[in-house]
Amino acid sequence: MKFVDEFRDRDLGQGLAAAIAREAKPERLYQFMEFCGGHTHAISRYGVTDLLPANVRMVHGPGCPVCVLPIGRVDLAIDLALGRGVILCSYGDTLRVPASAGRSLLKAKAAGGDVRMVYSAADALRIARDNPQREVVFLAIGFETTTPPTALVIREAHATGVANFSVLCNHVLTPAAIVNILQSPEVRDLGTVPLDGFVGPAHVSSIIGTRPYEFFAEEFRKPVVVAGFEPLDVMQAILMLVRQVNEGRAEVENQFSRVVDRDGNRRAQAIVAEVFELRREFEWRGLGTVPYSALAIRATFAAHDAERRFGLEYRAVPDNKACECGAILRGVKRPVECKLFGGACTPETPMGSCMVSSEGACAAHYSYGRFRDRVPATPVVA
Amino acid sequence: MCLAVPARIESLEAGEQAVIDVGGIRKRVSVALVEGVAPGDWVIVHVGYALARLDPEAAAETLAAMAAAGLEPGTLA
Ligand code: SF4
Repeated sequence: MKFVDEFRDRDLGQGLAAAIAREAKPERLYQFMEFCGGHTHAISRYGVTDLLPANVRMVHGPGCPVCVLPIGRVDLAIDLALGRGVILCSYGDTLRVPASAGRSLLKAKAAGGDVRMVYSAADALRIARDNPQREVVFLAIGFETTTPPTALVIREAHATGVANFSVLCNHVLTPAAIVNILQSPEVRDLGTVPLDGFVGPAHVSSIIGTRPYEFFAEEFRKPVVVAGFEPLDVMQAILMLVRQVNEGRAEVENQFSRVVDRDGNRRAQAIVAEVFELRREFEWRGLGTVPYSALAIRATFAAHDAERRFGLEYRAVPDNKACECGAILRGVKRPVECKLFGGACTPETPMGSCMVSSEGACAAHYSYGRFRDRVPATPVVA
Repeated sequence: MCLAVPARIESLEAGEQAVIDVGGIRKRVSVALVEGVAPGDWVIVHVGYALARLDPEAAAETLAAMAAAGLEPGTLA
């Protein structure tokens, strides 16, 4: 595929690997966090780690929307499907997310719930139009990439009077999560990994632009390089980060200039702002409660807000005690350090959310790299 | 989840829809989120929506920088 295959070229990859090896100073350690699950997936699938010198390490971040969806929110969706008889539409990735008491949306479907997988938010709206006598709820998840389509269908349902359509909104915000990784009360308990920089989101940044990261670069003195999701994009971003560290710079750079600019997609931003407002706080699986980190539907569109429409009340449910997703999503632990990894917890029988999506750190590691773990654990500074 | 694929706009249709070519396969997607796209333009597509344009010239520059980094020590990426 054009604009994909070129960015997976073996020779270019080897050239970049050589450049990283040449420029990374052997006397120091470089630890970079790739925020996005898309990067985690590319790194695992293409064996990027194997092409890096031992002193350049990648730490997986929390940027997988499926992985950060907390149990209590999945429970709300399951209760709607089973208890209220709604048609519950959702992207495929969320169907297997483990909820409380061993439940999942897939199991709710097997138990007779009308749970339907959709490819697009527009499909959910179409189902509502086709079933005017039924309540149709779209379980919306995702970062800034996936939010604008949800905003569009809410606006359209409002404008065209599709009264039986509502959205259970779980859209979350990337910058808030990055701040939380760098400074939060939990950092004191879990410890924190010394990070030298971030590989910044690809498609999220096509919407929000690179400007929001300028704050981290300045405030936390961490370089950020926004990068595409192909393996060579990640490698070039790592090279750019190594250079920033070597030169003592902490700037926002854009490796993904073919899609991203500083301002992002203004039209999409305006539509999102019209339909959504900030939530004061939101629970993230693994990160806990993060202030101003998610979106809620504005009062104008209240009729299409499933939380208001069905009077839903959120109850937090703790994760399985043995699951280390929390520490893994912060980069403090690696998947193999979880006792359940590869035994009780596999992609077929996920115990925690990081094992559900192929972008989750545990699933990516299980599928592509678990037998290559020979490097010592990441040092942790409390 | 955030995956999006590059696609070329083949033709524009009513209702802010477009027919695109994704690796040889034709699909209909919404272009309501991108301003002023025209047939021949490249976009990236996510969950049935074009999200942003893809600039072929910038892609070529990025590839050139990758090649340069692999060859000459000290070349700017
Ligand atoms: S292996 Fe499973 S249980 Fe362990 S941290 Fe990963 S998702 Fe959680």
